[in-house]
Amino acid sequence: MINKKLNLSPKIFKRDIEMKATRDGFGEGLVEAGRNNEKVVGLSADLSDSVRVSLFKKEFPERYIEVGVAEQALVTIASGMAAYGKIPFAASYAIFSPGRNWEQIRTTIAFNNVPVKIVGGHAGITVGPDGATHQALEDIALMRVLPRMVVLSLSDAVESKKAVLAAMDNGKPTYLRLSRTDSPVFTTEKTPFEIGKAEIYWESRDPKVAIIATGPLLYEALNAARKLSKSKINSLVINCHTIKPMDEQAIIKAAKIAGAIVTVEDHQMTGGLGSAIAEVLAKNFPVPMEFVGVNDQYGESGNPRELIKKFGLTSEDIISASKRVIRRKNN
Amino acid sequence: MKPLPAEELKEKAAEIRQEIIKMLVLAGSGHSAGPLGLADIFAALFFNILNHDPENPHWEDRDRFFLSCGHVAPAYYATLALAGYFPMSYLKTLRRLDSPLQGHPERMKLSMIESSSGPLGLGLAQAAGYAYAARMDEARFRIFCLTSDAEHQEGNHWEAVMFAGKNKLNNLTSFIDRNNIQISGDTEEIMPLEPLRDKYESFRWNVIEINGHDFDQIISAVGSARRESDKPTVIIAKTVPGRGVSSMEGKYEWHGKAPSESEAKQALKELKYKK
Repeated sequence: MINKKLNLSPKIFKRDIEMKATRDGFGEGLVEAGRNNEKVVGLSADLSDSVRVSLFKKEFPERYIEVGVAEQALVTIASGMAAYGKIPFAASYAIFSPGRNWEQIRTTIAFNNVPVKIVGGHAGITVGPDGATHQALEDIALMRVLPRMVVLSLSDAVESKKAVLAAMDNGKPTYLRLSRTDSPVFTTEKTPFEIGKAEIYWESRDPKVAIIATGPLLYEALNAARKLSKSKINSLVINCHTIKPMDEQAIIKAAKIAGAIVTVEDHQMTGGLGSAIAEVLAKNFPVPMEFVGVNDQYGESGNPRELIKKFGLTSEDIISASKRVIRRKNN
Repeated sequence: MKPLPAEELKEKAAEIRQEIIKMLVLAGSGHSAGPLGLADIFAALFFNILNHDPENPHWEDRDRFFLSCGHVAPAYYATLALAGYFPMSYLKTLRRLDSPLQGHPERMKLSMIESSSGPLGLGLAQAAGYAYAARMDEARFRIFCLTSDAEHQEGNHWEAVMFAGKNKLNNLTSFIDRNNIQISGDTEEIMPLEPLRDKYESFRWNVIEINGHDFDQIISAVGSARRESDKPTVIIAKTVPGRGVSSMEGKYEWHGKAPSESEAKQALKELKYKK
């Protein structure tokens, strides 16, 4: 059942749950960040509307910097601004930033240790009709391999807003992963959010599997847990919004309690959340594990729902993976 | 620091060149040609042009210096040591394990530098971002950047040129070490850069061309950059790679090579300061 302590939305499994993209939560969060701290500046590479920096631009035109279609400049200029003392949020599509400008991020932001916030919008296959060229499925891997980089992958609009404010204050190079598509808003202003802390969203007595999800697919995981409970399979669902630094204690504890793990992400299975969890478990407490994610493929055009179905990222796929991993555990 | 007159700068540049050779021979690897060619510009910057205080390296009102072409680190390190930023003994540790003097400059190991560098084409964008941020706060210091000519083959660099021109960053001055060589040969054969002046002018920059070994020209170019009211300035400084060591002068083969002991001995003889 839903963890009542987290004050999740009472409409969480209702038909009229609010739908809103994580990029919209980011846009609102950036305006609030701008109001809270005058050092906050917003940069974008000709995508201010679609990554929702436009709200910030409207309220703080003197603190918005347009760099044109130039993602390498986007992050290197942001690096210089951060070295000066600003808190830059540099936003583009994840496929271009950190996709195109990875070495610039490595050298001038992570290696230099300056607190630039790299905002990768339109991440994942749920970008939809734009197709494979615009669906970043590798960005978590690119960012989590960098020493000093904090990696956040946000699950709904409210959480995204909180993440902006937390990133503003953390003083570190930070990546924020966002989606384009409207998705259920199942957390509330009162739901706790702390960078580096994974929360149990669905708990049940004597769980047979722990499902660890990141990004909007967390909602698919919660639906899977609900359906599994109807067939008497108890599970845990963990929101792992911080891929780095990983909340190792929470992951090890879940593996000990459930003895089997399923990871869920709108990203390649290689190098993302699943890999990060596998590293923690292999070192500390190995248990059978199944990966729900994109399996070494590029995406394609389609609507987001069709795509998550075709690429095996739905609650039904999570249920199958859960049953598989439980069988492996019992064998 | 009190600005030194041209005659004393000459002496400083000779010391920088000698230290470069001594460092490189001990390290056994590194870049020779670029650092020797830039010794005069480094001397002019750190002993005359920049408003800075080695006793107080993080002084808020200091001028900022971004080295974009990090491979000329030996010249940078020798200059910083001679200016008093760290003990001269550090120079013997270049490229060694646990040394603050990494093969390419690292900000986390050398806190007085503004940025790490080495991968080319990234320095001007950082300097431009810094200059933009400084102007937002009406800061009065100036931002300097030193680039190599061959790093103008990087796309990121031209993105920054566009940005600085568009935003009229007149608090930004960039030097180009126009020595015409790069690791595999002549810049104009590998990927022609000319006409550099026209390129910068078309991107709305103020362009000044100088002899990069003439202190009066270096200092007066920066003076006119300071007077420029609505454009960033680029100073195209023609230099001789390997300057001061006859066997190295103008030879691209010395781009990424350190001298042997006997070559170093000969070089140091030639580099002795003569009044």
